[in-house]
Amino acid sequence: MNTTAVPAAPGALARFFDGDVWHSFKSSPMAITAAVIAAVCVFCAVFANWVAPHNPFDLAAVNLSDSRLPPAWIEGGSGTYLLGTDDQGRDILSAIMYGARISLFVGVASVLVSMVVGVGLGLLSGFAGGKIDALIMRVCDVMLSFPSLLVALLIDGVGRAIFPNAHDTLAFGVLIVAISLTGWVQYARTVRGSTLVERNREYVQAARVIGVKPSRIMFKHVLPNVMGPVLVLATIHVAAAILTEATLSFLGVGVPPTSPSLGTLIRIGNDFLFSGEWWITIFPGMMLILIALSVNLLGDWLRDALNPRLR
Amino acid sequence: MLAFILRRLAQAFVVMLSVAFIAFMLFQYVGDPVASMLGQDATAEQRMQLRADLGLDQPFPVQFAHFVGNALQGDFGLSLRQGRSVSALIVERLPATLELSIVAALIALLVGIPLGVYAALRRGTFGSQLAMTVSLIGVSLPTFLIGILLILVFSVTLKWLPSFGRGDVVNLGGWTTGFLSFDGWRHLVLPAITLSVFQLALILRLVRAEMLEVLRTDYIKFARARGLPNRAVYFGHALKNTLVPVITITGLQLGALIAFAIITETVFQWPGMGLLFIQAVQFADVPVMAAYLCLVALIFVIVNLVVDLLYFAVDPRLRIEKPAGGH
Repeated sequence: MNTTAVPAAPGALARFFDGDVWHSFKSSPMAITAAVIAAVCVFCAVFANWVAPHNPFDLAAVNLSDSRLPPAWIEGGSGTYLLGTDDQGRDILSAIMYGARISLFVGVASVLVSMVVGVGLGLLSGFAGGKIDALIMRVCDVMLSFPSLLVALLIDGVGRAIFPNAHDTLAFGVLIVAISLTGWVQYARTVRGSTLVERNREYVQAARVIGVKPSRIMFKHVLPNVMGPVLVLATIHVAAAILTEATLSFLGVGVPPTSPSLGTLIRIGNDFLFSGEWWITIFPGMMLILIALSVNLLGDWLRDALNPRLR
Repeated sequence: MLAFILRRLAQAFVVMLSVAFIAFMLFQYVGDPVASMLGQDATAEQRMQLRADLGLDQPFPVQFAHFVGNALQGDFGLSLRQGRSVSALIVERLPATLELSIVAALIALLVGIPLGVYAALRRGTFGSQLAMTVSLIGVSLPTFLIGILLILVFSVTLKWLPSFGRGDVVNLGGWTTGFLSFDGWRHLVLPAITLSVFQLALILRLVRAEMLEVLRTDYIKFARARGLPNRAVYFGHALKNTLVPVITITGLQLGALIAFAIITETVFQWPGMGLLFIQAVQFADVPVMAAYLCLVALIFVIVNLVVDLLYFAVDPRLRIEKPAGGH
């Protein structure tokens, strides 16, 4: 229509496609491959309802006579069940998609919770200083001196002891809390370090001089300037959180069995390893590796791309 | 140096005390010991009596002191699930976990360090590329998947090695060992490899990175200029200086080995402490959880102390320099 108009200031999206990060993404085949794999995995997981060829949890659609079928390309396999079926006749491919959704949900939710807790405490620690700072950092030290898996297991165990007959949603909550409480330390330490630097910058002092409230300085002025490293940390942390969830579920203390994640599928399939039905456990395992590896590679790339010293 | 060690000891003490406090809180507020011991139809009087007997009517600090005193003597009460003394349960399972972890740590060190040195010295060759790629996979694969894959290949398909339990063990005055029988060794192979893969990959990558760093330094050039043979330069000068970070990481990872042993023991049904702990978590068996927590914390603290002391043995510079102040 109005093609002669003066071009408006570029929108956020246009600026992004013109920026360094997008350029570095385009020139890194590794990053593109990882992003495509991750995108496909996430798409299949989020839209499992529509993408999956079967609904593994619809009891009416599951046929027991189809149980333990091998993948389609092996003798005895059927084209309807591309990756074979489990002991109850459920399609492995669909179960993987539904399972990946639960794994992703728990992973992303735990990362969000630990990010909020960690960034909040880190800001407070760096901004307040003194006794509060010392206390928070000592807690971090103690948490860091234990492997995160052990801490998650312990919190999970305590959760089970406090709510012995927990409802499924509560079990999810306990699991997410357990994983997030092991992850917040890194955020807190990173943010505290950057906050200590930002605190003495001119713009913070200026804000202080004109009488802005400390809480407002913290969230409106300092927070946006310390978020860069946090985002990188969060990407890598998603992969770690998914693996932790899978491990906990594999150990039998993760998500409730009514909504199996990838870890649960691997645990179930493990029982059939010796009778030769390897596909029940190996395919969910491959999916787990694909997700973790691609997200990790993306995180590595993002870290390098956002690091100005490496340019 | 003495001040450094004293400070480390104080730190270790604080960590142990806070872990003991967490364990104590577990006992105190998770589940009601009185209800679980007396059952539903006990009278109020019986409850009061048992409360007094257990010391639960005492003030908080007295109870905590009592708990620590008991814990120091290895008394953590009875397992809620099995009704046996927790310390007896743990002592029974301890040898299995320790033997597994030690063998895994040895594999990781004895394979990881030479491979790391190789990957650094022969940078760019096919062999070193292969080692780096495999180690990347080793770092990203979850432990339980490695175990399952090993079982699939070596137990199910090839039928070479067993995948279940410890096999024949010899009882040496309460310490059951699988080292003395061929069957015990056969059972140890797969779990030990599974447990060591992650640490091995980590050590390999670390040694390679450190070695490349050190090989660029001046004293290596001088050592070459003096006409020393490659072997002396690499192993006498370079490797020695890569060992400080390797010791740190290995020390910290020794603790991680015990944590990862939980997974390995579950995959291979290895009758160790990890399996005991995971069952305790599944059944909310608080005394076992608390005791395991304290024991693992103790192992951690001791390992960290030993690592700190090893620095002085490995790096003479630290003996003169004053330790840097806290960050």
